[in-house]
Amino acid sequence: MPDISAGRLETAELTKNFADIHPPLDRHEAVVESDRCYFCYDAPCTIACPTSIDIPMFIRKIGTGNVDGAAETIFSSNILGGMCARVCPTEELCEEACVRNTAEEKPVRIGLLQRFATDHYLGGHDHFGTRAASTGKTVAVVGAGPAGLACAHELSLKGHDVVVYEARAKSGGLNEHGIATYKATDNFAQKEVDFVLGVGGIRIEHGKALGKDVSLADLKARHGAVFLGLGLQAVNALGLEGEDLAGVTDAVRWIEDLRQAADKASVPVGRRVVVIGGGMTAVDAAVQARKLGAEEVTMLYRRGPEQMNASEFERELAQINGVKLVYWAAPTRLIAEGNGIAGIEYETTRLDDSGKLVGTGRKATLACDQVMKAIGQVFVAEPLADTVALEKGRIKVDGEQRTSAAGVWAGGDCVLGGEDLTVQAVDHGKRAAQSIHASLMA
Amino acid sequence: MADLRSNFLGIKSPNPFWLASAPPTDKQYNVERAFKAGWGGVVWKTLGEDPEVVNVSGPRYGATHGGDRRLAGLNNIELITDRPLEVNLREIAEVKKNFPDRALVVSLMVPCEEKNWTSIVKRVEATGADGIELNFGCPHGMSERGMGSAVGQVPEYIEMVTRWCKAASRMPVIVKLTPNITDIRYPARAAHKGGADAVSLINTVSSIVSVDLDNFAPVPTIDGKGSHGGYCGPAVKPIALNMVAEIARDLETAGLPISGIGGIGTWRDAAEFIALGCGTVQVCTAVMTYGFKIVEEMIDGLSHYMDTKGFRTIDDFRGMAVPNVTDWRYLNLNYVAKAKIDQDLCIKCGRCHIACEDTSHQAITHLVNGVRHFEVKDEECVGCNLCVNVCPVDGCITMEPMKPGTIDPRTGRAVSDKYANWTTHPNNPTAVGVAAE
Repeated sequence: MPDISAGRLETAELTKNFADIHPPLDRHEAVVESDRCYFCYDAPCTIACPTSIDIPMFIRKIGTGNVDGAAETIFSSNILGGMCARVCPTEELCEEACVRNTAEEKPVRIGLLQRFATDHYLGGHDHFGTRAASTGKTVAVVGAGPAGLACAHELSLKGHDVVVYEARAKSGGLNEHGIATYKATDNFAQKEVDFVLGVGGIRIEHGKALGKDVSLADLKARHGAVFLGLGLQAVNALGLEGEDLAGVTDAVRWIEDLRQAADKASVPVGRRVVVIGGGMTAVDAAVQARKLGAEEVTMLYRRGPEQMNASEFERELAQINGVKLVYWAAPTRLIAEGNGIAGIEYETTRLDDSGKLVGTGRKATLACDQVMKAIGQVFVAEPLADTVALEKGRIKVDGEQRTSAAGVWAGGDCVLGGEDLTVQAVDHGKRAAQSIHASLMA
Repeated sequence: MADLRSNFLGIKSPNPFWLASAPPTDKQYNVERAFKAGWGGVVWKTLGEDPEVVNVSGPRYGATHGGDRRLAGLNNIELITDRPLEVNLREIAEVKKNFPDRALVVSLMVPCEEKNWTSIVKRVEATGADGIELNFGCPHGMSERGMGSAVGQVPEYIEMVTRWCKAASRMPVIVKLTPNITDIRYPARAAHKGGADAVSLINTVSSIVSVDLDNFAPVPTIDGKGSHGGYCGPAVKPIALNMVAEIARDLETAGLPISGIGGIGTWRDAAEFIALGCGTVQVCTAVMTYGFKIVEEMIDGLSHYMDTKGFRTIDDFRGMAVPNVTDWRYLNLNYVAKAKIDQDLCIKCGRCHIACEDTSHQAITHLVNGVRHFEVKDEECVGCNLCVNVCPVDGCITMEPMKPGTIDPRTGRAVSDKYANWTTHPNNPTAVGVAAE
């Protein structure tokens, strides 16, 4: 049987391995860094931010000692600014746009400054914002992930009461269940949920799954509007024989189990792990497998580094942690030994003259004890029972996040164009809330 | 190899870099450390009469900072030396004996009576010091007692005290001027009339450096209260340069030796003061920020600069900028320059655009064909230089003079090759008759 076991490392080592990946700036570091901001006109960083945070303004406020004011600038655009400061791929968003890259190839550390301001604010405030007078209207939000929470908070500020229906026992969505442990330490996801709810007017009902415990028709009947922040519920299958072998797991599920485990030493991991995929989930799984004590971790990706969804920073993170990256490798066979996985066979690939990915015919095998599948997640539409139009398997929305169904909005990963980013989900939720408000008050 | 040796009023020093009369020159210990570090001379911290003055025992400095907490300006409420006169005189004599090749000038401040000045001048002379500097500058504390800037603000007093000191001593007399007046030429002329061998300037500028917003008191705060202090450091350099230039180009004081003081911290600062006519420069805030070692950079930098320019001695370029300091009315109104942005150096921060758009002449683009791009619109640019000053990249924006004969797209007129100033301009109601062309 494959060698998969818990407790490969001592607790002290695990604690160190899963500590905060980017330690926060202290006050002096934050002030020095804030000095580096040029306060650009029509700032490229703000343009690059999906939630359009006025970055030069919040940095200027840090520099003048107005740290709470800085946080208010952030939260007024992005109520989950604390988590975004931790998980945003800033190297591809605000920090990539920073003019300091052109100047000296060293952007202002916007993510860490944002964390400095938001951490400071959360240390002294239990919520952000003041609710407008009650409108007497209620809105249903399905899903307590980033999109749903952002939508609920914005609606609450506008004076509406919100009921959030969440299938799971805990709120936070991917922030709670999907993010690598070392990116959101100290139970931050739950602290942030409490901070969002602190504004009042938002009630979360856990254990209420759409299509099972509540129906869309029912929600529409009971509320003035409905926002769907459903996320993605299933993962893609490899389409190979043997996916049910012992030792073949979904990376998403494994990351969630690890995240929820009070004692990391209790989570089993293979001695030799192969992660299939090239996105953030693949990197999160591979790096954490190493941190948990796997001896050999290999990422197989069927295309090259340029096509990889994981950012350069994420690829480097994988390499620094001893993960071997194998590009141009498509799995072709899961090799069984009894009921367990023993290895994986893959074919090397290339792009043909027309740019199409083709196999080269050359095959190789890798012995392993565990295979983690991270080749994308899929939206499960059944709970909607054909009430909302889809496009390419996701919910179709317009520029205001309106679905085809009257009174129903949607956002986050469940809509077409979703990019698997917390910050984008927040933007969807916020803009949907503004549209819902306009509709309710019309 | 440049020769940095200085001979100022017959006072010789291996280089023109002196430490100004201030805390760094209050004791033998500090001064000998400075000499070992390479300083060419010092002006000993101001001596007064016994019994010695008493300083506050709380904070005596305050500061303003630029980016990264760089010290931009320092303010102090410290008085003259608070050590007994005898102790200072003994140490001065020892230092002069230990470092005979360095300049040692002694700063003085006593009540405005001839006998007081004569008495202390004689005692200083006995130490073997090279000269004296009359402190008519300190704007805080001592001025309340009728000394320091209280004297420096009254030209007649300056002239009178200078005359007493000259009469009492063989030593060169330098008069240190306060900037806390409206026109620096009057005190300089008075010093000149009194027989001063040189003036030194500027002393500190009266200032409140900040207000504590919790205790609502000026900084530095002594038990809840604050008093104005004297401001110095990089922030006051422009004030000092202007005052030095005013004296250098004033017909009544032209040729009067000047020791430049005010915000000097690098060789470049020093060279600017020398170009405006200074024979030596005096430094304080920079060493109080970084220690005495900075003189190495100053010596080396000035030496390299002079080698590059082909100047063998300080005198080779001393005062070279003075003829180019003029009144506004004589500036050439036919000269036309336009800002030019080097697109290879531009980092696209947009500060030039917003500065010009919000506060000046709307002469810099933000978007060109929908793309972020910053370019000067020559038809709007008046050549004001604001964009150059706000650009974070040195050398990215430059002011390019237009060639005579080319059309200035802003005015539609050809750029003239003739010099013409306000005194003859048709819009000037007091213009003198335009010469026939």
